[in-house]
Amino acid sequence: MNSKVTNILVAGVGGQGVILASDVMADTFLEAGYDVKKSEVHGMAQRGGSVSSHIRFGKKVYSPIIKMGEVDYLCTMERMETLRWLNYCNKFTVILVDDIEVNPPIVNLGDMEYPQDIEKTLRNNFKSVHIIPATTIAAGLGTERAANVVLSGALSRLLDIDQEQWLKSLLAHLPEKLHELNKKAFLAGREALSNF
Amino acid sequence: MKKKTLLSGNEAIARGAWEAGALFASSYPGTPSSEILENLTQYEEIKAEWAPNEKDAFMSAMGAMLAGARAMASMKHVGVNVAADPFMTLTYTGVNGGFVLVTADDPELHSSQNEQDNRHYARFAKVPMLEPSDSQEAKDFTKKAFEISETFDTPVMLRTVTRISHSKSPVELDERTVPDRPLGLVKDEAKYVMLPAYARERHKVIEERLVRLKTFAETFEGNTVEMKDTSVGVITGGISYQYAKEIFPNASFLKLGMSWPLPEKKIGEFIHKVDKVYVIEELDPFWEENIRAMGYTIDVGKNRVPLCGELSPTILAEIFDPDYRVPESAYAGMVPPRPPNLCAGCPHRAVLYVLKKNKLYVHGDIGCYTLGALPPLRAMSSSFSMGSSIGVCEGASQVLDEEAQGKMVCVIGDSTFLHSGITPLLNMVFNKANATVIILDNWITAMTGAQEHPGTGYTVTGEETTAVDYAELAKALGVVPENIRRVNPYNIGELDKVVKEETSKKGTSVIITKDAPCVLLRRAIKANNEPLYVDEAVCTGCRRCLELGCPAISWDAGKAGEYQAADGKVKKRKGQSWIDAMLCNGCGLCYQVCQIEAIRGRKTEVPFGFQLNKKKTVS
Repeated sequence: MNSKVTNILVAGVGGQGVILASDVMADTFLEAGYDVKKSEVHGMAQRGGSVSSHIRFGKKVYSPIIKMGEVDYLCTMERMETLRWLNYCNKFTVILVDDIEVNPPIVNLGDMEYPQDIEKTLRNNFKSVHIIPATTIAAGLGTERAANVVLSGALSRLLDIDQEQWLKSLLAHLPEKLHELNKKAFLAGREALSNF
Repeated sequence: MKKKTLLSGNEAIARGAWEAGALFASSYPGTPSSEILENLTQYEEIKAEWAPNEKDAFMSAMGAMLAGARAMASMKHVGVNVAADPFMTLTYTGVNGGFVLVTADDPELHSSQNEQDNRHYARFAKVPMLEPSDSQEAKDFTKKAFEISETFDTPVMLRTVTRISHSKSPVELDERTVPDRPLGLVKDEAKYVMLPAYARERHKVIEERLVRLKTFAETFEGNTVEMKDTSVGVITGGISYQYAKEIFPNASFLKLGMSWPLPEKKIGEFIHKVDKVYVIEELDPFWEENIRAMGYTIDVGKNRVPLCGELSPTILAEIFDPDYRVPESAYAGMVPPRPPNLCAGCPHRAVLYVLKKNKLYVHGDIGCYTLGALPPLRAMSSSFSMGSSIGVCEGASQVLDEEAQGKMVCVIGDSTFLHSGITPLLNMVFNKANATVIILDNWITAMTGAQEHPGTGYTVTGEETTAVDYAELAKALGVVPENIRRVNPYNIGELDKVVKEETSKKGTSVIITKDAPCVLLRRAIKANNEPLYVDEAVCTGCRRCLELGCPAISWDAGKAGEYQAADGKVKKRKGQSWIDAMLCNGCGLCYQVCQIEAIRGRKTEVPFGFQLNKKKTVS
């Protein structure tokens, strides 16, 4: 087994399913035989606040949080949130972004503008950027709430991890009535990435 | 190899208590500790309870311990301050069944009012403290803590921090073993009745106990030495160990799983084997100062490692790795901040809005409503600790003149009121304070993620129980009945009238919000209302609705310019408001705030608040 630790940072807005997506990833990597650590901060009224989760896997993992500059995969469920974590990245970081915008209160109030040049910034500075219409895809399948699963599906295509195991871990976190929908969402995410 | 399961530190502590055969656990919710008690409810062998506050949780656990059970009290760091009174004497009596106090500290103040370092409590109370560095140790050390408690006749502290409590890592699970000891009370006055004459003797016992614990620390398996390159020896423990291992992969390590008392001989031997000694610890120089007091020189400690906030691999790399630089963000602009906000439809919003409109000085407390101190509401001017709103309001009222007294109120949530607000209210009445208390009753402990309390009518397992009636309670404390008002906070006009009336009265007044549960409490709210909308032909862009700080209301500058108003005239505006129908749940506040009827419901009648599933069992 490669001794290198793989670092994934999942970020978004409270209520988008950042924690669920990262819980599923952590379980998947453990089942695949790796040491795993996962860390996030909850508490306060996180609804609508910025949320992030660190997932690290490899032969042996010490710190549950990632050193800035060492993220291998950045998955963000909202466009602007990507910018917040760029100093955790390096030019080789693979970036996956859900192509939706959610205004923070300060933008709602008209006191700041929503950043305009996100895609250009990402494409000019990083070798591998995937902007995926995850929320749109999920809405097409029946609910926007599965956008986190679409994005996870896209990420799964880039990692050397058995997709069946990932699906199994995913479904173990969900009630049975949601299994079919989420399976579709996961596979649609994998499909979406292959279109790049 | 046994199968491993991913557990958070808090899940692992709960599992450890179960494996150790614990029979009782009590707690008051507080980030990052809340999930310990929540996870304990899955084990039917353990009686798990939410208590009104941490002192009550601690005393109940003491009682179960006295009856021979292994018992645990868990709380956040500041909760230990509340429980400190019984704790500082429990250390004198020692235990019957094993007793573990879990303190979940919050370096970086992710969700706290201070970042005190509770390792000091272990030294202060002369008790052992174990400190896990991952979930496996969180489980193992919890079990070990019960053993140490019984072996040394002492309460034991287990300290976690947010990054241990809320991080997940693999854990090997074991079976439960219950100690072979009969339950029952033991009569032993010299041990359990802390009269001065008995306590004087017990003090000698605990000093002697501490000496034995120091000897034990020398061989405790959680204090480990990893000898590698001896040019640098790192003394560390807890989460700091994990960060230091990333930055000093080749150094020698002494990892302290037991933060107190320290293994003096082991530390000395380690220091003699290495050239330079680095002490890497989060927050205070607790180990550093105690090791210096042993007579050793420390090369690197708080002279280079920050005192404030969390450590991280990034912070340590910046200090110790000459080749490391925090990367500059590829985005040159400022990313708009996205702080937590009161939810759309939150019942606190109206109260804070009305208090601001009345230009009142608001003493706040600990809860979601503390977010009301932030713009655009900016409706709170003090907040210290649980219950402080009422306490400080009483004292301030006693030195201010009548006019200033009428310009001040205090607000406190239901859970916080029951935790620490009852005695300060009693104090107000007792000392005839001219003051107004507003109890924001949202039927739940909301900020920590919806935990039951003695006002909700349910226990931690969802079993129905009695619910406190706040109005009756206020009456019993001596508030005169005509000064006790119950008001629907979603009705801004009525709320405003009641606030004006009560703040102008003499004596102590209590306003209680009614029929206004937390909007996230699904068992209480039957359904959301229809989302409201902004009539583009009417909105003048006055921005009044934006003052509510509702996440569903936005400003659209794209709608600036001339427009034809409903009366046919052409007018100008700088933009207009719009309501996100995905977020709006139709609470009706902005409808009332809009004075030109630009905000409307799709139905003719806009309700003030929500339809509820079940009225609370209060009059």
